[in-house]
Amino acid sequence: MGLLSKKDSKLILDPLADNNPITIQVLGICSALAITAELEASIVMSISVLFVLGVGNVIISLIRNIIPSKIRIIVQLIVVAALVIIVDLVLKAFAYELSKTLSVFVGLIITNCIIMGRFEAFALGNGPWRSFLDGIGNAFGYGVILIIVGFFRELLGSGTLLGFPILGDPIEKTGLYAFGYENNGFMLLSPMALIVVGLIIWVQRSKNKALIED
Amino acid sequence: MEKRTDKNTYTVIFAIGMVLVVGALLAFLASTLNPMITENERLEKQKNILYALGVNENEENKAIFVSNEETPKLFKDNIFNQVVIEAKDGKIIRVLSEDEYKEENNNEEPYLIDIKKEQNNAKDGEIRKLPLFLGKNEEGQTCYVVPIRGKGLWDAIWGYISLDKNMIIHGVYFDHKGETPGLGANIKQRFFMDDFIGEHLMKDGVFKGVTIRKGNADPKNNDKTDNEVDAIAGATITGDGVTAMIKTDLKLYLSYFKNLKN
Repeated sequence: MGLLSKKDSKLILDPLADNNPITIQVLGICSALAITAELEASIVMSISVLFVLGVGNVIISLIRNIIPSKIRIIVQLIVVAALVIIVDLVLKAFAYELSKTLSVFVGLIITNCIIMGRFEAFALGNGPWRSFLDGIGNAFGYGVILIIVGFFRELLGSGTLLGFPILGDPIEKTGLYAFGYENNGFMLLSPMALIVVGLIIWVQRSKNKALIED
Repeated sequence: MEKRTDKNTYTVIFAIGMVLVVGALLAFLASTLNPMITENERLEKQKNILYALGVNENEENKAIFVSNEETPKLFKDNIFNQVVIEAKDGKIIRVLSEDEYKEENNNEEPYLIDIKKEQNNAKDGEIRKLPLFLGKNEEGQTCYVVPIRGKGLWDAIWGYISLDKNMIIHGVYFDHKGETPGLGANIKQRFFMDDFIGEHLMKDGVFKGVTIRKGNADPKNNDKTDNEVDAIAGATITGDGVTAMIKTDLKLYLSYFKNLKN
């Protein structure tokens, strides 16, 4: 990455693996459980968080020196809520169909602990550019896990990906279903998201022993 | 020394300033964009009604509405009357044609009647307005599109059901405010909505509705007279909500349909 200094590129790359917000910091689990039954929803959610976290981090960083420390959490909350509402209103006026797809996610974005976590831990102490990179990096780290979980849950739970049947038709018994394969309905329920995230954590830590805590 | 931003007066002033700035910004945006949003919602209602009637641009497995530009014209061409039924305590008091209703209500279009408000009116023992949209489907048959509304798992669910005079379903459209993506949200997918087409609401002359049944013995939905369609896995409560809103809201129109047959 010639565009970014080594320190800056670390801001983007670290959250993707060794400091992943979901698998290492165990933040944002609630939304990871709620919406990963389908790959499409995972992708939409990832993009929304990417936007809110990127812009929110910059705003918080710009006003970091004037925020009263006693009410900083409330200020952060208002920034996220206002951002999300503005986006929602603009979409409703200019891209109504898209806004309907996204409206489900609005509440989940505001309560996403990764966003508040990054505001508190990073944007309050760093400049806007670095905060922007940190926001993007963490949103990508979050999105990667969401998409992996969504991929497996939709494939094994419904036999489809992005709504397209991949494994054949379970009712007509074509494709894989002709050999007696059955969709695992349990994959569609929230506990399986937790188990899939658990498996990802297991794989990640067995590859990088440094991540294992004593 | 204490930092300037730690002082109580500063904190209070900052809080007030922030509330004013953010509040003003949101209020300004909301009021500027409101006309566009209302217009979008109005078009959406028309599109939903047209969709249930069978006027849509569906492709393979996807539910696609007619375009924004065409909607007002198509709505005018396809919906030839919007009847409003006034009911109290489940009994029909009178039936108004589109023109009669508009005359009494400052030209308000019946399709804009707020179903939620009407349901609350009925709860308070007042008169409930029941809109009904009459249109011709592709085969030239007269269909009656009924709006329904109920509760899902998280929030409101609603829909439009197109019936013929024998109360056989010819098309449906369902929507929701915040059901779980991938589970309850799938009520607006074709694989679910199309299952309703052809289903009977009556059984042996008695109103039964359509039940969303788990472990349905008929997943291909060949039997259209069993008053059942297959449920979506992982969306039991949303499915029950659909069953309930079909039962309670369509029942109110029952005597209207009985009169039609006679």
